[in-house]
Amino acid sequence: MHLAYPAVLAALLFAIGVYGVLARRNAILVLMSVELMLNAVNLNLVAFDVWLRDTLHAGQALTLFTIAIAAAEIGIGLAIVLMVHRNRGTSDIDRLRDTAEPPQPWDTATEDGATTDDTPTGEKAEATA
Amino acid sequence: MTTTTLAVLVPLLPFLGSVAGLLLGRTAPGYVRPLAVLPTVAAAVLAVVVAVRQGGGKAIDAATQLTPTGSVPIDLSLYIDGFAALVAVLVGVVATCVQIYSTGYLREDPRYASYAALVSLFTSAMLLVVYSGDLMVLLVGWEIMGICSYFLVGHYWETPEARAASLKAFLVTKLGDVPFLIGLFALATDAGTFQITGVLGAVARGEIDHPTVIALLLLAGVAGKSAQFPLHTWLPDAMAGPTPVSALIHAATMVAAGIYFTARLLPVFAASAAAMTVLAVMAAITMVGSALAALAQDDIKRVLAYSTIGQLGYMAGALAVGDRGSAVFHLLSHGAFKALLFLAAGTVIHAAGTNSLTAMSRMSGLAKRIPDAYWTMTVALLALAAIPPFAGFFSKEAVLVAAEHTALGERTVAPAGAGWTVLVAGLLTAFLTAAYALRLWLRTFRGRGAEAPDHGRQPIAMTSVLWVLAVPSLGFGLAVTYLDDWFDGNDLTPTVTTAVLGTGLAAAGAVITYALWRTLAARTRVTAAAQAPAPHVAHPDADAGLVEAEALHLPHPAEDPADPGRALLGPLHGPASDGFHLDAVYRAAFVRPVLAAASLVRFLDREVVDTYVRAAGTSAKGLGWLVRRAQTGNVQTYLSALLAGSVVLAIVAVALANAVAGA
Amino acid sequence: MILAAARHVAQQAAQQPVLNQEAHGFLSPTGVEIAFLLVGLVTLGAALVTVTTRQLVHAALWLVVALGGLAVEYLILTAEFIAWVQVLIYVGSVVVLLLFGLMLTKAPIGHSPDADSRNRPVAAAVALAAAGALVWVVVDAFRTTWIDLDGAVQGSTEVSGEILFRHWVLPFEALSVLLLAALVGAIVLSRRKKEEQR
Repeated sequence: MHLAYPAVLAALLFAIGVYGVLARRNAILVLMSVELMLNAVNLNLVAFDVWLRDTLHAGQALTLFTIAIAAAEIGIGLAIVLMVHRNRGTSDIDRLRDTAEPPQPWDTATEDGATTDDTPTGEKAEATA
Repeated sequence: MTTTTLAVLVPLLPFLGSVAGLLLGRTAPGYVRPLAVLPTVAAAVLAVVVAVRQGGGKAIDAATQLTPTGSVPIDLSLYIDGFAALVAVLVGVVATCVQIYSTGYLREDPRYASYAALVSLFTSAMLLVVYSGDLMVLLVGWEIMGICSYFLVGHYWETPEARAASLKAFLVTKLGDVPFLIGLFALATDAGTFQITGVLGAVARGEIDHPTVIALLLLAGVAGKSAQFPLHTWLPDAMAGPTPVSALIHAATMVAAGIYFTARLLPVFAASAAAMTVLAVMAAITMVGSALAALAQDDIKRVLAYSTIGQLGYMAGALAVGDRGSAVFHLLSHGAFKALLFLAAGTVIHAAGTNSLTAMSRMSGLAKRIPDAYWTMTVALLALAAIPPFAGFFSKEAVLVAAEHTALGERTVAPAGAGWTVLVAGLLTAFLTAAYALRLWLRTFRGRGAEAPDHGRQPIAMTSVLWVLAVPSLGFGLAVTYLDDWFDGNDLTPTVTTAVLGTGLAAAGAVITYALWRTLAARTRVTAAAQAPAPHVAHPDADAGLVEAEALHLPHPAEDPADPGRALLGPLHGPASDGFHLDAVYRAAFVRPVLAAASLVRFLDREVVDTYVRAAGTSAKGLGWLVRRAQTGNVQTYLSALLAGSVVLAIVAVALANAVAGA
Repeated sequence: MILAAARHVAQQAAQQPVLNQEAHGFLSPTGVEIAFLLVGLVTLGAALVTVTTRQLVHAALWLVVALGGLAVEYLILTAEFIAWVQVLIYVGSVVVLLLFGLMLTKAPIGHSPDADSRNRPVAAAVALAAAGALVWVVVDAFRTTWIDLDGAVQGSTEVSGEILFRHWVLPFEALSVLLLAALVGAIVLSRRKKEEQR
């Protein structure tokens, strides 16, 4: 079998995963896209393992490990998403923007940091509640 | 103890006293007076002992090297010949008198401690200059004197005059010191040593390559320190300092440093005829000009200051004709009587409550109030006017004799033209000196009008010192026959020609002044009585120093028609009273350009340099603003940028790899 | 350079299989290849729907199809054990977990118009660029490389178990510890606090 078939399939799957991670709004959908990317890598590993006829079967072993790690990742990730949802009432990642710089006209963006500290305190308080 | 050890102690003791005074001044005020007086007295005694042991014989030369200092070694060395020994005695005695006088004069001054310490430091620096055998070490003392002078002139720093005067003194002397320093370096480079003996040896062997340049550079420093034309303008203004400071610094010692230095290195100057001529012309202009200015001054201390400049001109003239014996002789006698004049003037100002001669001329009985100052000042003025047998006569005659010999070609150290210049200017100055001395005396002690205020006897510390100084003013000239051995061995005794000429001119000056005074006094008697009493200090019972500080503020009375100086000078009076407008010349030549340059620099700094600085800040702020715009907080945006960047990098890497592999 | 090196390695490694497989042609696919291609297309399609659909639960279900398709690909590549593990863990547990997650976060069931963020054009551009670059590089590098699937089975349970517990025991154990840690972490994170229970 031509090696290009699994390799191209893996590349396309990975690109689809990238698109999902970047375009999806719901955090759980982002996690799904991450799974797609991981699986693309797995396919590569298996294909190259079969092609190279590795005596240690490193590719297959690593695939298994990746699957296990992916399972762990999805568990932790979902736990985090749940916690964020519980605290914020949303799991849309483009609404979790606490690290944004407050918008200011650029000539008033002066040295005194006191003014910049004021605006996000409301959300911070909400975050710690 | 060996003579060398004693000589080392002479500058060291006042220095230690000064350090102790500065340290203990606040914590232990009781020790300040002993700490001020005792080390100075000890130094004076030791200087006398050193002088006796040296005895005008072979010079004491000792040197020790602290640390290697590169190509031209700098040693801590002593070089004591007859000049050094005698000048050190003068410095010690005058400093002692001034310190004792100051204890009475500045009795209640809150800054007495620092004042006394600075005077001690100044004394120590002068003694260092006198004894040092190394030009670099001499320069250290030279500059310490400059800075001490700055502090002491500015003692009454509450008054703007004192502040301005101290700055002026500092800057003008520095103006001379810069070329002086360059000259010293040039001299040391040519001679290969900073040792005075080594330098003189090099001169004798003719190893100095640029004698004229070096001599002229050194002359600039000497002119600044010794207040010679055109760098003399700081000295009259420096009278804003307390009177003892004027006596010590601006009459007897500091200004003498320049003359003394020239005397030491006279062979260097004598190696260049041009330098000697310049020195002679400088001395002549200084002498005549300052005498004319002295005749027009109203402030008693400014009269004395101009007379100091004139007497220094005599010394410079003596040096210009290559006779350092007579120069140092005049330095010694002048140091004694000028210190006396200043200290007595301090007493007069205290008693009269004003420093204006016009105001004093409207007081009667001032002589009765302060008999000590009256008599001693009379002695000193006679010495100043070079009336035999006072000290000034002999020393001034020595100068004139040397000038005459040079002019007539009997001495060949200096060009004959220099001799003629000095001789003519000296004789003219003798005439003027007698005139302004008599004018000062008449207007101070022979005033008519209201009775001078009476506030008891002056402190004994002030009056006793006057008599101590009156002794050398009176009798020092008689020692002239013994002094030859201490100096170069040239004969210092007066000759008939110059004695008759000089004394005759002085007498003529005195007679003309007296006659003028009598006529003018008779003519203005009626109006003088009607005139309001001259302004003077309101509470003259205060401390002498305080009276003087307040007298600085007093407005000088309007022009007095009874002034014989005005009649004598005629149309010259206006310019002369203003120092021949030299200050205005300086203002136009230096101050204005400097101020203009400063404003230019200010403009460049504010408008040009700061623009760049502000632009740097603004551009950084603008960049920051741009970067802040990127901080949306949206993780997906960040990740998009990150991945896009990695894709671009990967494509670039692959393309490059292909290009390399293909090539 | 990397590309050239990779191509070199690939040629060397493929030397022996290539010798007796001169008959392979790029445009003459075998049956296995056709099967792989078809399943791959299904997988790609399912993945594409997963990341574009506006119904969240459908996305999870389409993910099942994509992951299942991948399991079939593994089977075609003779990696049996991994295929079954894929089915077990991904389809069996991960997707179930994701569905639970959707449920717990009260994800809307049915059409939700705001499933995609405004970052979508950028995301599409980046993804397309990445896909283009990767496909170009991969095709360029493995143009003349074939996999020999005819020999002994390489991914049977026996083979996998043997290599896993002979050569990869230590990483395997370390991984089990990691899983344990993840388990504990997930519990700690998702547990409600006592105050909130009241």
